[in-house]
Amino acid sequence: MVANGVPAVRFEDVSRLFGDVRAVDRVSFDVADGEFFSMLGPSGSGKTTCLRLIAGFEQPSSGHVQVHGINVEGVPPYERDVNTVFQDYALFPHMSVGENVEYGLMIRKVPKPERKKRAEEMLDLVKLSGLYARKPSQLSGGQRQRVALARALINHPRVLLLDEPLGALDLKLRESMQAELKSIQRQIGITFVYVTHDQGEALAMSDRLAVFNHGRIEQIGSPAEVYDHPKSVFVAGFVGQTNLIERELALRFGGTAGTYAIRPERIRIEPLTAPLSPGLAAVEGRIGGITYLGSTSRVLVAVDGGEIVVVETNLEGGTAMPDRQPGTPVRLVVDRKHIQSVAA
Amino acid sequence: MTSSAAMLPRESGFLQRLSSGLYLRPRLLLFLLLAPPLLWLGVIYLGSLFALLAQSFFAVDEFSGMVVKEFTLATYRDFLTNPANWDIILRTVVMAAAVTLACAVIAFPIAYYMVRFAGMRLKAAMYLGVMLPLWSSYLVRVYSWKLILAKEGIISWFANQLHLGWALDAWLSLPVIGGPSLSTSYTGTFVVFVYIWLPFMILPVVAALERVPNSVIEASGDLGARPRQTFRQVILPLAIPGVVAGSIFTFSLTLGDYIIPGIIGQSTPFLGQAVFAQQGIAGNIPLAAAFTVVPVVLMGIYLALAKRLGAFDAL
Repeated sequence: MVANGVPAVRFEDVSRLFGDVRAVDRVSFDVADGEFFSMLGPSGSGKTTCLRLIAGFEQPSSGHVQVHGINVEGVPPYERDVNTVFQDYALFPHMSVGENVEYGLMIRKVPKPERKKRAEEMLDLVKLSGLYARKPSQLSGGQRQRVALARALINHPRVLLLDEPLGALDLKLRESMQAELKSIQRQIGITFVYVTHDQGEALAMSDRLAVFNHGRIEQIGSPAEVYDHPKSVFVAGFVGQTNLIERELALRFGGTAGTYAIRPERIRIEPLTAPLSPGLAAVEGRIGGITYLGSTSRVLVAVDGGEIVVVETNLEGGTAMPDRQPGTPVRLVVDRKHIQSVAA
Repeated sequence: MTSSAAMLPRESGFLQRLSSGLYLRPRLLLFLLLAPPLLWLGVIYLGSLFALLAQSFFAVDEFSGMVVKEFTLATYRDFLTNPANWDIILRTVVMAAAVTLACAVIAFPIAYYMVRFAGMRLKAAMYLGVMLPLWSSYLVRVYSWKLILAKEGIISWFANQLHLGWALDAWLSLPVIGGPSLSTSYTGTFVVFVYIWLPFMILPVVAALERVPNSVIEASGDLGARPRQTFRQVILPLAIPGVVAGSIFTFSLTLGDYIIPGIIGQSTPFLGQAVFAQQGIAGNIPLAAAFTVVPVVLMGIYLALAKRLGAFDAL
């Protein structure tokens, strides 16, 4: 993954202020060369501003942004070896698809025949062969998205920045584009920095991801690290669903005071009559409501001191079992290693 | 349970029934809504234009001075074979083209600044500044320009204060565009035309520039284009439809205007004045109609040219 010691992107204590608002607040991180790195967070969390700092549309108020080891403060976007796929695609409406794709080459005065050849190769890569002469207005949303990708990739940037590129697509298309983006990234081997507010997307695609909140990074790590070991209440709640366990319930579940996060799918529902296995934490409660979600069901269990969500895979029987009826007393058990202590 | 029991009680008044009836027949509603404006556009608006054009195929009887309502090309023959008329057309077209060009050159930077740089308050103030002159009488503004441009007017005075009186005199001594004073030269006519029609150029250009998303401009820079290249490759092509829309106004308004050249400039006639003279004074409606056909034809040619040059590709 890491080709050499120099990171593709490095943020050193970077802040960006808009008036009194700290859009980005003393952020530091490295993106390794060739990595698929996601910046995940709710809107206004500073992730897009970080992307724009790399692209050069914004300048840091303090700190340093490096691209491949070079400080880029004061370097305008057109002198940076990075390209961006914009959220709204930002295709040039007066140019054909081909002219859009070869725009970067035209600016660098590459002769027309070579330009056209490379644009067609790029269109092949993003599976838009034969659409060279179309206008962007004649394309579907998914196709425009691919044109934007081809247009950014034709310059062979060392870092590709993607600003919520799949945000405007419907669910099915988004899922297939996720897989395709990932495979394109592997194929061409350049660094992707990907901004999204969709935690599922970040988990599915990234080598590593940074979770942003209020202009700061709450946690950086691999998808599994961030999901299984969220460091803060915010991360636990934003990345996936979670049960936050506090106060007396925490004492019964975790043994000590504090705040704990337990993923709903880690909890098992047992009848009270089942023998209690050692090493497992357990509390008793009653089934509240059940929401059928197709492959899974979401079961609310009322316990003393709160309510716990359990997600069960709908194997044969599943929610139809008699002990899943509302009001049934049950025992919730969870392996202690899945009880994650989080900072408030 | 019957189905009617599941519904709200039905209103029985005439208006309620009318409203429900129209709701259930959207095409009828559309027809009722569109019929009056379409009648206005089709019959009164275009109808009167064609009635006028039809007049140009009649001729005036030379003895009686009455319009003979028979199809003839005699009016056009007289019109086109008179070299004085060609002078009028040429003069008007050159003036309209010069005014349009000047309006575009002046309006573009103003519009560009309004859209891309001015803050909310400044932008509102600039909109007001552009629109405000349109709220006052056109005639008053033209007459005030006559005073401004007069030999004893503020421009001469100011030029003299700056010891630039000689430059003004040199300009006025030029052939064709010069004259005894600014207010009696083509230069004066040109200046006032540009002043009067400028808002009609600024507003469409502003509208066109506002439709260019910021991300498109950023994308151009992101792909390596310097600001000058971005302007030439992206901003200008996307603004051209606005400039063309504005030029339709400035060009056609100049072609048809008969007040400004009557008040400011040499007393040589423009198209609009010729029309006015033919139908108002000479009573030769067919010839006036023939004159009126000229701007219509010219605008047709202009738009066809603009379309061929790709001015509407970005629409």
